[in-house]
Amino acid sequence: MTDIEIRMTVNGRPRRGRVQPRLTLADFLREHLRLTGTHLGCEHGVCGACTIMVDGDAVRACLMFAVQADGAEITTIEGIAGPDGELSPVQAAFREHHGLQCGFCTPGLVISATAFLRDHPDATDDQISEALSGNLCRCTGYQGILKAVRAAAEGGTS
Amino acid sequence: MKPAAFDYHVPAEVDEAVDLLGELGDEAKVLAGGQSLVPMLALRLAVFDHLVDLRGLAGLRGIEERDGRLWIGARTTQAEIGRSPHVAEAAPLLTRATPLIGHFQIRNRGTIGGSLAHADTAAEYPAVALALDAEIEARSPSGTRTIPATGFFTDIYTTDLAPDELLTGISFPVRGERCGHAIEEFARRRGDFAVAGTAVAVELDESSRVRRCAIAVLGLGPTPCRVTRAEDELTGAAVADIEPQEVGRLAMAELDAIPADLHGSAGYRRRIGVTVTARAWRRAAEEAAR
Repeated sequence: MTDIEIRMTVNGRPRRGRVQPRLTLADFLREHLRLTGTHLGCEHGVCGACTIMVDGDAVRACLMFAVQADGAEITTIEGIAGPDGELSPVQAAFREHHGLQCGFCTPGLVISATAFLRDHPDATDDQISEALSGNLCRCTGYQGILKAVRAAAEGGTS
Repeated sequence: MKPAAFDYHVPAEVDEAVDLLGELGDEAKVLAGGQSLVPMLALRLAVFDHLVDLRGLAGLRGIEERDGRLWIGARTTQAEIGRSPHVAEAAPLLTRATPLIGHFQIRNRGTIGGSLAHADTAAEYPAVALALDAEIEARSPSGTRTIPATGFFTDIYTTDLAPDELLTGISFPVRGERCGHAIEEFARRRGDFAVAGTAVAVELDESSRVRRCAIAVLGLGPTPCRVTRAEDELTGAAVADIEPQEVGRLAMAELDAIPADLHGSAGYRRRIGVTVTARAWRRAAEEAAR
């Protein structure tokens, strides 16, 4: 089984690697690039903890092989805050509105909410609920998360 | 879990892809968006020595008019289909079915070709393809053929495609006058596979009788399927005289392999089937009569 040379841009930085084709993009980010903010819950596409952006689209990093991302532009949770570490509006709203407890699901939720609000700045509560339905949280009961995303939407930016 | 090791191929041309499939036979699997295949590999429900990724085949992506029909390339993502004004105009049933597929993160990667070739009985696009009399295009080393959707889904997770055949595109008739379409399903949680669902397409004549109707059910047998006896019975009837609940009962009456699993018994699914069929019929008939 031949290893494959890949290149991609991750959070604005060109990265490369030599990988087995079976390596998921999530494992490439975590284990090869040491970007461990992308969390792995179920590893089969159900929980949403590993959500990242690939060419601007929110996707499950566990449902892509790293070789499929050759040439892509990737944004992970490590690339969401400003260059000086200032929280993004979605991140700030999660802190402000208690949108997290243990924090395991948070990177995936922040990425999903960021991509969703970018495309739907005037989202209704129903649309927000639907958009977040692909990310499981086992602590919060979701109310703080919904409040945070609504607040980020009303802030007018994401 | 992690997938077993495989060799990865990225053909640059469709011919190269089908030659590879011909050469590798059963040891190879086509990889499109991977939203069903990758979980199966991760859980080792499926193991293949070779994956043939379609990402290099630009010609398999797109939404266009071809020979008076709506043509959608196999690699076109569900997200692209869901937001296409062209699709909404020509085949609104597809537009309505799309938000029911998984979650938006899944639809950003999942493709229409993958959805059809994977042939999950509870998936939405296969039922839509059946209801709209879609045609599926396949290419193999020996040429191209067109398969009517009604002959495509042959068994559980099984289609009429040969191991060396690649699904390249799907075409739909463009929606006509006095046509109505609806899809209804029931799932325990948003984004889950449906327990049962129904896609309906109805066309009325000038005197508001049913000229043509198609009722495709999902999750109610080993494959999605049309309930043709019910369709025959309804064709020619005045739409105002048709009781939606009766359509649901008729449709369920001809199903003899309704599955039972931890999401529900066969009897429960049958009752859900009556209700979702009735709802879909009512909405489709109302739209056709407008």
